[in-house]
Amino acid sequence: MVYLTRKIEFSASHRYDNPDFSPEENRRIFGKCNNPHGHGHNYTLEVTVAGEPDPSTGMVLDLKELKEILEREVMQRMDHRHLNYEVVELQGQIPTCENIARVIWNLLEPKITRGKLHRVRLYESPDLFADCYRNGAGGANSK
Amino acid sequence: MSGDLKIELGRRYRFAASHRLHNPQFSEEENSRVYGKCNNPHGHGHNYVLDIRVSGDVDPSTGMIANLADLDSFVQRELLEEFDLHSLNEDVPAFCEKIPTTENLCIEIFRRLKKFPFARLESVRIQETANNSFEYTGE
Repeated sequence: MVYLTRKIEFSASHRYDNPDFSPEENRRIFGKCNNPHGHGHNYTLEVTVAGEPDPSTGMVLDLKELKEILEREVMQRMDHRHLNYEVVELQGQIPTCENIARVIWNLLEPKITRGKLHRVRLYESPDLFADCYRNGAGGANSK
Repeated sequence: MSGDLKIELGRRYRFAASHRLHNPQFSEEENSRVYGKCNNPHGHGHNYVLDIRVSGDVDPSTGMIANLADLDSFVQRELLEEFDLHSLNEDVPAFCEKIPTTENLCIEIFRRLKKFPFARLESVRIQETANNSFEYTGE
């Protein structure tokens, strides 16, 4: 099995606020992330696909194809957007790293037809990321 | 299908500490042969980079596995206050007996951080320098 990883970067704004909580609760739980007008990050997304190289091409999947999928599914949806208001898949969810990584997984998995989506790692900053993978696939430990 | 997905949170911390690799049961020559410069008598230091991963269910009301403020304050209290800008050999009881190699440091840090009550600790990875890293998953 070979693991192939493609990295992209996008910039987006978000705000953590649960309308079921009081303003005080939102402030206590989410801290600065609850500031009313939101804030932004430069996100780094690493997408890992696992598979056996096709003997005729030597590739697990064509990187161009992966690049196009990422452009269409992630960049066009999220880059320079407000995640709370402009990404329908995140409606009703707090746009944390955990939830964004899961939304990205669900967007990408059906589109990747060569190899299998193995891991989605989303960095909100160099010091914070979320991983999403199929339970039992050993995603976090496989590079 | 999505119930089958696993989410983990990765967080990076930094601390600077000194250590000396020395086994009192070895002779001076053996210590010098085994540990090289790391056996120099007065120790030396590193800027350690600590990466941890935790897993758990994402709480739908917060979107979080664990509140980052809780995790950060736990790591600060249980680890960084004692390790950062200290001598591992002199200031951390576990290293009175164990050699403070980065392997043992990973194991000691895992032992401490697995007590975090709001998520399951999956892995501790330490970069001693940009060229060396060690990972321990508790197994």
